[in-house]
Amino acid sequence: MEFKVQLGPQHPALHEPISIRMTLDGEVIRDADLRLGYNHRGVEKLAESRSFIQNLYLTERICGICSFSHQTCYTQGVEKLMELVPARRGLYIRTLVCELERVHSHLLWLGVAGQEAGFESFFMYTWRDREVVMDILDWISGNRVHYSMNTFGGVRRDIDEMQRKKILDTLDLLKQRTDYYLNLAASEPTFVGRLAGVGKLSRQQAIDLCAVGPTLRASGVPMDVRKDDPYAVYDEIPFEVSTADSCDVLGRAVVRVKELIQSYRIIEFLLKNLPEGPFKVKAPRKVKPNEVYSRYEAPRGENVHYIKSNGSDKPERLKVRAPTLANYPATIAMLKNGFIADIPLIFAAIDPCICCAERLVQLDDGRGRGRVLRFSELRAMANERAKKIDYTKREIAWPF
Amino acid sequence: MIERLVHWSRVKSPWVLHLNTGACNACDIEILAALMPRFDLERFGILLKGTPRHADVIICTGPITRQNRDRVVRIYEQVPDPKFVVAVGACAMSGCVYRGSYNANLGVDQVLPVNAYIPGCPIRPDALIDGVVKLLNSLK
Repeated sequence: MEFKVQLGPQHPALHEPISIRMTLDGEVIRDADLRLGYNHRGVEKLAESRSFIQNLYLTERICGICSFSHQTCYTQGVEKLMELVPARRGLYIRTLVCELERVHSHLLWLGVAGQEAGFESFFMYTWRDREVVMDILDWISGNRVHYSMNTFGGVRRDIDEMQRKKILDTLDLLKQRTDYYLNLAASEPTFVGRLAGVGKLSRQQAIDLCAVGPTLRASGVPMDVRKDDPYAVYDEIPFEVSTADSCDVLGRAVVRVKELIQSYRIIEFLLKNLPEGPFKVKAPRKVKPNEVYSRYEAPRGENVHYIKSNGSDKPERLKVRAPTLANYPATIAMLKNGFIADIPLIFAAIDPCICCAERLVQLDDGRGRGRVLRFSELRAMANERAKKIDYTKREIAWPF
Repeated sequence: MIERLVHWSRVKSPWVLHLNTGACNACDIEILAALMPRFDLERFGILLKGTPRHADVIICTGPITRQNRDRVVRIYEQVPDPKFVVAVGACAMSGCVYRGSYNANLGVDQVLPVNAYIPGCPIRPDALIDGVVKLLNSLK
């Protein structure tokens, strides 16, 4: 007998609000459907009312884990619109922060995967080591999560000789730990037994469903924007694209650990070959009317920003396609014919970042009827709302 | 006697529910980081719980989105009395960068009564520990 079960939006297995509706046959999932929109904050619409510089800080807050990837993707796009060539030292530092972010994100994921597999001590180990990376980011940028490092034409802070030495020293510790994790992920029988064969996604399925990032690479497709369409200084850096052929959650874990090792190599290369010179160049305030498509390899996969400018200091349109959104169809395919107990593991394996992927225009009016809101309606709603806002709150006037 | 025992256990081991009410994930990972070996929030007896029915304190991150609003109220009602709400991060306090959005509120206090505010965008784990300890001290 088939019956329907709803999981979420608030559920211990999910760390962010999302709702999964499943049709079950005993313990086997026959069909699954995702309901989104619990975390939709209207970032794209907000971006249209702010200047290009202000949007640097807004795009950063699309997501907390891959904040730098959204900001860099946006910055690169706007730099293309401005026809601006960023400073070389700035690009090196930008790439350095990109890779450090990848390291912290992958360590975070490994811990979450360990926890979902019932391996709590692994969770604690990786998160302890993640603090080391957070410390490095704290030294460089002054903040642990939102680094605010990018600006048009380079970065906002330089790194000095002492920081460079300190990072290189700390990297040795991280390398040692990651070798241990690779060993563990490949040989610990309980861990391998839990992950192997779960959430199968064949090579053809992965290509058909447009999976991105480690999910795609674990199905044996060596696709990486850093290699295929190099941005920043990736065309000068020697590194390999990590893949696995097992097409399951274990493969995704192995791909991420391998990527960690590649990231350490990249960071070492960047720090040893850091060019001298200025770290930023002056950027114009206004942007000529044009449109641009910017690609970036975030820790979770390909991140795409589309920016359209109309000659003013504000973008006319910003469209964000986060990697998690591209991975949802593949997740449904992975969930089908799997067990209920595997849901957290399969779902965690794409490294979901739900707040990244909340880009919806279609709204449900609560009576089961979906409707598409037109731009003008959305604007009227926003205006109406803005009128109601009381800008004085607790005797403090809001500066905007 | 029983009352004192209940009060003592409440102060010594508050169980928290982490509720993502439309945050950008940054505060969420910092809350998790606070529970990790480096900061170790569990030494104050604080335990992260998955269900609202076991929780004493709700930690809200995010400005509460329109779709989330009714669910947040429902979750708040499921938490047994006495309950406390902690608004974590700048957007849970006042909306932060999402101010003026058609889909986000101006902070958690527009929907739920808030007992403690922890500022920062995102908060640092040290700030979270400080805020939680202050909340616990106010209960004594």
